[in-house]
Amino acid sequence: MSTEPTGPVLDTTSAPDHARKVADLKPDLLLSQEHHMCPGCGEPLALRVYLEALQELGVAQRSIMVAGIGCYTAFTSTVDVDLVQALHGRAPSVATGAKRMRPDAVVFTLQGDGDMVNEGLQEVLHTAARGEKVTCILLNNGVFGETGGHMTATSVLGQRTKNSLDGRDAEYHGYLILIGDLIARLQGAAYVARGSVHNAGAVARTKRMFRRAFKTQLHGEGFSFVEVLTMCPTGWFIPTGDGPDYMHETLGEVHIMGELKVDGVVKTTEELHDENVAHQREVEGALERGGLDR
Amino acid sequence: MTAVATTERRLMEGSEAIADAAIAAGCRFFAGYPMTPFTELLEYLAEKLPAVGGVCINAESELEAVGMAWGALATGARAATGSTGQGLSLMQESFSEITLAELPLVVFNMARGQQDYFQATRGGGHGDYRHIVLAPLDIAEAVELTQLAFHLADRWRNPVLVYGDYLLAHTHEAVSVEPVSFPALPPKDWAVDGSRGGSGDSRLVTPLGLGKHGHEAPGIERHLRTITAKLTDIEREEQRVETAFCDDAETVVVAFGTPAKFVRYVVNQLRDEGEKVGFVRPITLWPYPSEAVAEATAGARTDAVFELCAGQMIDDVRLAVLRRAKIVGIGGISTDGSGFGVGPLLDAEVIRDRVVAVHRGGAGAELPPLPVNERG
Repeated sequence: MSTEPTGPVLDTTSAPDHARKVADLKPDLLLSQEHHMCPGCGEPLALRVYLEALQELGVAQRSIMVAGIGCYTAFTSTVDVDLVQALHGRAPSVATGAKRMRPDAVVFTLQGDGDMVNEGLQEVLHTAARGEKVTCILLNNGVFGETGGHMTATSVLGQRTKNSLDGRDAEYHGYLILIGDLIARLQGAAYVARGSVHNAGAVARTKRMFRRAFKTQLHGEGFSFVEVLTMCPTGWFIPTGDGPDYMHETLGEVHIMGELKVDGVVKTTEELHDENVAHQREVEGALERGGLDR
Repeated sequence: MTAVATTERRLMEGSEAIADAAIAAGCRFFAGYPMTPFTELLEYLAEKLPAVGGVCINAESELEAVGMAWGALATGARAATGSTGQGLSLMQESFSEITLAELPLVVFNMARGQQDYFQATRGGGHGDYRHIVLAPLDIAEAVELTQLAFHLADRWRNPVLVYGDYLLAHTHEAVSVEPVSFPALPPKDWAVDGSRGGSGDSRLVTPLGLGKHGHEAPGIERHLRTITAKLTDIEREEQRVETAFCDDAETVVVAFGTPAKFVRYVVNQLRDEGEKVGFVRPITLWPYPSEAVAEATAGARTDAVFELCAGQMIDDVRLAVLRRAKIVGIGGISTDGSGFGVGPLLDAEVIRDRVVAVHRGGAGAELPPLPVNERG
């Protein structure tokens, strides 16, 4: 396919006149860099990496995205991929119908925690259990960002939201759901991972997860799932710059990052902890050497 | 597309004949959840669709069934779902939005009696929407109307509901499923197949009136008004009705669906006995054949409405008969750019102009044009 986009290419024939940042380069599968997300929001970072992963796998011209309802819905106009807008919570079923009629397409959903874990929990669980050959992407910030910071089913204990002002209390508000862990235990789920975008290392790792999830679908191995912890300083009522650390110390301590299920094998929380320590060493080593292998 | 149909006449359960008719019409996707008396339709489609390269999913709930059909429709496939009215209650949110996304969904309601008339014709979902509703009298007509349903859904890009019931689904009749020919339809140049990623020309199937960046999009207010205008066209063009003996009838009986077959039998019997009794059967419950009902009942002393419920269609008969009353709507759709708030119609001056127009010119007066939200 000669018209396949090639990805951002830096001109290296002459020395650059200024330092380039990743943020300067628009992913080819994005029609515009304009958006209405708040400063410090993690969702555009997640958007960038899954679009880059699609492009790098060479499947941009056979992809159908199904969007849920949340802040990220604003990207439906700017993502240059065939797209179906679903109702709040219902994207996995819409993706199921699309995939069954277009089995050669890479069909994936984009949903938030309010959309997927509150409103549409049974949709994603049934789709995973069925082993539907689609990929569900969860942007998990533990809060209803679009309505202004309300408690979701993934808000961690102690988290302050507009309807848990003194912090989420298990006795009164109930416990949270670790959705990735829940899905990993379903037989139809082939690949389950939980990434994050709170630092460059986490972004690079999350991109690898997207690649593996899409490959799982391409190989027809079953349901694949990538959960991405994203910053929402507005909905967390903290200074913008504190988002990544707050995320790491609160959500990140409860929703443990890592590949929860690979090749049908579910990992324990201890194994994920060990992997995370190893990954941290890898990142620190890479930073000392002056760069990260993205 | 190969039309697979049982062309020989044979004794068939209504559910099977409807399944064959759906497949003959090109339906290749169905998702449903068992519920009496709809279950057999799901059973037949689960058996028959894979045989023609289609898919039938035993959805885990009605909410998921309609969502799956939504996804299949977005790819351009002919797709359907169904249940009883109780199950359709769960699907109403999706019905509203599928209508706004202009997707050609076909819905089968194998209803428990005729208690779902309001649900079918008014809808239990949010927003200004209508489904075309076809109410077959018997299995032979259901075979035709099922195929018509898929055609009309595509023609208008609007959902069509086939209103059946226990009798239609479970009675055996000798029927043949003949494929019906319809005029050619425009290509589905809105459907997604995944092939346009990265071209700058990717597609967006949405109920929200949005478009891709750099492409023209109506915005929510104009989108909602376009849908309303389309519904007006459907109302004008798609009314279907059967009438008999109404010219000199002193009593006209109005009925729809399978009970209408019983009513028609009784009216025929009474006519044979010399009684001046007439019969009207709306075949489309929406758009309601109001003009025909009004005409058929114009000379009658009594309009009797027979329906298997506490009285729902009777409202439409009343509206049809009273249609010459001097009632006129002077409101309209008006939203802000987001679709969440109110638009410029909610303005004392604008309202005043509309009140004055009908005060001076009566119910037939031309109203000032609806103000347009400048911020799109």
